[in-house]
Amino acid sequence: MWEYTEKLKELFLNPKNVGEIENPDAVGEVGNIVCGDALKLTLKIDKETGKILDAKFQTFGCASAIASSSALTELIKGKTIDEAIKIKNQDIAEYLGGLPPEKMHCSVMGREALEVAIADYKGIKIEELIGGKVICKCFDVTDEKIKKVIRENRLTTVEQVTNYTKAGGGCGSCIPDIENILKEVWAERIIEEAIRPKERLTNIKKIALIQEILEREIRPRLQADGGDVELIDVDGNRVIVALRGMCTECVMANVTVKNIEKKLKELVTEDLMVVSEGGQG
Amino acid sequence: MRVIYLDNNASTRVADEVVEAMLPYFSNLYGNPSSMHVFGGQLHKRVEDARAEVARLIGAELEEIVFTGCGTESDNTAIMSALESYPRKRHIVTTRVEHPAVLNFCKAMARKGYRVTFLPVDKLGRLDLKELDAAVTEDTAIVSIMYANNETGVIFPMEEIARIVKSKGVLLHTDAVQAVGKIPVDVRKLPVDMLSLSGHKIHAPKGIGALFIRRGIRFSPFIIGGHQEKGRRGGTENVPSIIGIGVACELAAKHMNDENSRVKALRDRLEEGLLACCPNAMVNGDSEHRLPNTTNMSFEYVEGEAILLRLDSYGICASSGSACTSGSLEPSHVLRAMGIPFTAIHGSVRLSLSRYNTDEDVDLVLKKMPEVIKELRHLSPFGREEMARKTGKLRTN
Repeated sequence: MWEYTEKLKELFLNPKNVGEIENPDAVGEVGNIVCGDALKLTLKIDKETGKILDAKFQTFGCASAIASSSALTELIKGKTIDEAIKIKNQDIAEYLGGLPPEKMHCSVMGREALEVAIADYKGIKIEELIGGKVICKCFDVTDEKIKKVIRENRLTTVEQVTNYTKAGGGCGSCIPDIENILKEVWAERIIEEAIRPKERLTNIKKIALIQEILEREIRPRLQADGGDVELIDVDGNRVIVALRGMCTECVMANVTVKNIEKKLKELVTEDLMVVSEGGQG
Repeated sequence: MRVIYLDNNASTRVADEVVEAMLPYFSNLYGNPSSMHVFGGQLHKRVEDARAEVARLIGAELEEIVFTGCGTESDNTAIMSALESYPRKRHIVTTRVEHPAVLNFCKAMARKGYRVTFLPVDKLGRLDLKELDAAVTEDTAIVSIMYANNETGVIFPMEEIARIVKSKGVLLHTDAVQAVGKIPVDVRKLPVDMLSLSGHKIHAPKGIGALFIRRGIRFSPFIIGGHQEKGRRGGTENVPSIIGIGVACELAAKHMNDENSRVKALRDRLEEGLLACCPNAMVNGDSEHRLPNTTNMSFEYVEGEAILLRLDSYGICASSGSACTSGSLEPSHVLRAMGIPFTAIHGSVRLSLSRYNTDEDVDLVLKKMPEVIKELRHLSPFGREEMARKTGKLRTN
């Protein structure tokens, strides 16, 4: 049983803006019946101001899909299309008080329908909008969509990509391709960050960055060998970690800690020193 | 709000008689049946009485019943025992529609180097016995085929299956978790070597199962520990639950006629009523060979989880094979193996009854389900033209 918020349950049981606008100014249709969820969004737009006067939806899907669609229409009504396009899938999830991780793709479907509808209003062809090569044949997901969702939601694992796009959730044969896309996007991001003028690294930013690097770069490798690492504390430039699982008893534990330090120096700041809890580093 | 429980293939209400029988074993009679002293030792006799009830329900002998932790453990034990007992044989035969307790265990064995044949089923969920015949070879260590399917209720022709498998001298196990207590199962007439059953499917508590192991077959324990269960399953006996499953088996025998007549009549009225009220609805699975308490229906153009949650808001508990009800994105492997179109699988609902269901339960579902389906179809972008054609009045706005 999924743990849904009261807001989500309320919008699922009593969805707002259900239906189809007659003679709409914009239509956004995404998903299909075979994949298990689909959304048709119709908009009435004031041509002079660009304001969304009315929005209605029809959704085939689960409670999260229906509630996400309803939330989307509530979020965009009264906004101009320039304001509406800034609404991300996270905003839809937030409006609902959160979604279970496995259901994030429902919020992404809402965001996608909005993009398609606005493109339709502007006369842009859907092929031009989505583009890319189909990576997941089971759910018809392209590499461009995967990249976009990774960037927008800062996804780091294949499981997350599946939760947000459904890609990889069928036969699983595209999982190696998704792994490669993840590496590619993160490599781009690291380069972008390296060339971006450095902001002052506050303690909060430093801890967040250390945690992110541990999650993305270090833990998956250790976990693959039955080990793990946990961030215990950051005291100035001293990063205290605890090795877990197989790493605890490993004769190479010191080397592991040094490698973690090397990675953090490379990607966070040169001044860091990593020590293991109860050890000398 | 009154709960209308129609998810009995998932788990059943523990019968009052079962609870009552179990209670003393949590309080006054808390000893260990393996103890030498009289206080604990007296429980041994009670455990054996419960074993006799389980044995009686399926026509087994007392020594042929081993208590386990659950149906899954019984299934895993049966298959692993065969592989351990015949180490040179590297092949398992099973079906594509097994419960994950067998299916995933076989997949795990495949990863360890065993060869596994997953037999297909037809659109009604029936096995092709010729394929079974062709699949079983000298290298086959065990054939494991469920007695009745948990999702559709389809009953496999176990006598014919046994005839084929035993004619080749191969071990046969059946996961009879859904069949025992609902339809007559008699191992005196049915030459299976091992048979799994589970307590919480027959109004006993969760966490107790049993495995029938025919006398004389080679057996190797899965859980290795002390001398309990004559060395066939280590671990201190779960005495209260063993007492519970004993009483549950006694009650199951008593209520079986009711299951096969009154409960079946309720199920049929429910099914026929829903087919009549809801356009584009269908029953999944062989109607002729089916458990009396189960119906699996599909409602096109709507999604199963949405149906379940709307029903839940009226206190009606059911189950679905749609992807969204599980952690996976894949819908029911059983309905997929049957070749049911995705459009129907996504909107599948399983309604499974028990002796505690009444006419009022069915009446409420017959009232609420058509409303739910209509509301969700109103939300859905699909099927509008077809629905409008059939009903002549579907709203568009």
